[in-house]
Amino acid sequence: MEYKDYYDIMGVKKDATQDEIKRAYRKLARKYHPDVSKETDAEAKFKEVGEAYEVLKDPEKRTAYDQLGSQWQAGQDFHPPPGWDAGFEFSDGGTGGPDLGGFSDFFETLYGRGFHRAGQQGGSARGFQIRGEDHHAKVMVDLEDSYNGATRSITLQVSGVDENGRVVARPKTLKVRIPRGIRRGQQIRLAGQGGVGHGSGEAGDLYLEVDFKLPGHYRVEGADVYLDLPLAPWEAALGASVKVPTPAGAVDLKIPPGSQAGKRLRLKGRGIPAKEAGDLYVVLQIALPKAENEEQREIYEKMKQEFSFNPRVGMGA
Amino acid sequence: MTENNILRGQLIEAETLITVDELCHHCMVQVEEVITFVQEGILDPSDDVVVTEQADAWQFHISSVRRVRTAVHLQRDLGVNLAGAALALELLDRIAELERS
Repeated sequence: MEYKDYYDIMGVKKDATQDEIKRAYRKLARKYHPDVSKETDAEAKFKEVGEAYEVLKDPEKRTAYDQLGSQWQAGQDFHPPPGWDAGFEFSDGGTGGPDLGGFSDFFETLYGRGFHRAGQQGGSARGFQIRGEDHHAKVMVDLEDSYNGATRSITLQVSGVDENGRVVARPKTLKVRIPRGIRRGQQIRLAGQGGVGHGSGEAGDLYLEVDFKLPGHYRVEGADVYLDLPLAPWEAALGASVKVPTPAGAVDLKIPPGSQAGKRLRLKGRGIPAKEAGDLYVVLQIALPKAENEEQREIYEKMKQEFSFNPRVGMGA
Repeated sequence: MTENNILRGQLIEAETLITVDELCHHCMVQVEEVITFVQEGILDPSDDVVVTEQADAWQFHISSVRRVRTAVHLQRDLGVNLAGAALALELLDRIAELERS
């Protein structure tokens, strides 16, 4: 079991006042709150901070923690000295702190397990049946999955109880059918895949919110898909037929002569499938080849002489 | 259930409506709390005219589940009051909107 340096986690000095600890907690909680934060490991951080605060905000728990001594390093293998908690009685404050789904082994060895649980259900306990919590997770799918439908494996961290009766986070893998035509932000409800119920209460549901993994040249708005398509200047000027990779497979697209950058070609019904399928917009871009040798430079020189072209004419320049 | 089963979930359309009881059930809150959320303007029942006395008959868009849960978490974890949670929710909506465009 690893020793945890709660002062370090909270970013406060060992002699910080209770007010300083509260201030530090509030700041960190806002920073890492999973409903607000954009940090990648927000949930784990939030949990860690919540655990540290649970100890440091309570003068008794804090004193007991301080008594372990300052020779410990974070991450060091830790076993509590016998009788370390003599003289302390940790009452369940029932403060309704963050619902964290279990604290670390380190915490639970020191302060016991389950003391923070009672406060969690708050006013929501109804009789002997408590329905399991609904869980929410995000699932990233490819745009192609929405066009064709797919089966995706997703791995979630769920808390369970190990053979020693300790709460542990375990990975749980589910295979989920992603229905054709799914759109960003839509949710898939998996009944009974959420948290386990208490007593005879049924399990909660798992809600998966869908988001797309999009390559940089794609954008999606509702059921419409936008694809940036680079063209060579001569393709745009003279017209061409080019192969375009779309989420539904490659198509041959006719580029009309004299196409300008930014022009949009609409492929009706080739957006995300639905009763009224979205459209696919191909947004033209013009890529400029580099002049790397004398001959190529000459071609640009020749263009300069042949075209009296001022692209900034509309700017009054 | 084995891990090889492929789960087929119910697709939640944004238009799906749930009753106030279902909302309470999913969010583990009491009707009274939902009423305060509505009065604070955090939640909008689908009715055109919102009458608190008819709270039992309210219906909500499915997206309200997430909203209520976030509001509850923010109040519980960050010590903000209802108005503070409402403000945070509105700012979160703005951020999501900006990120989409």
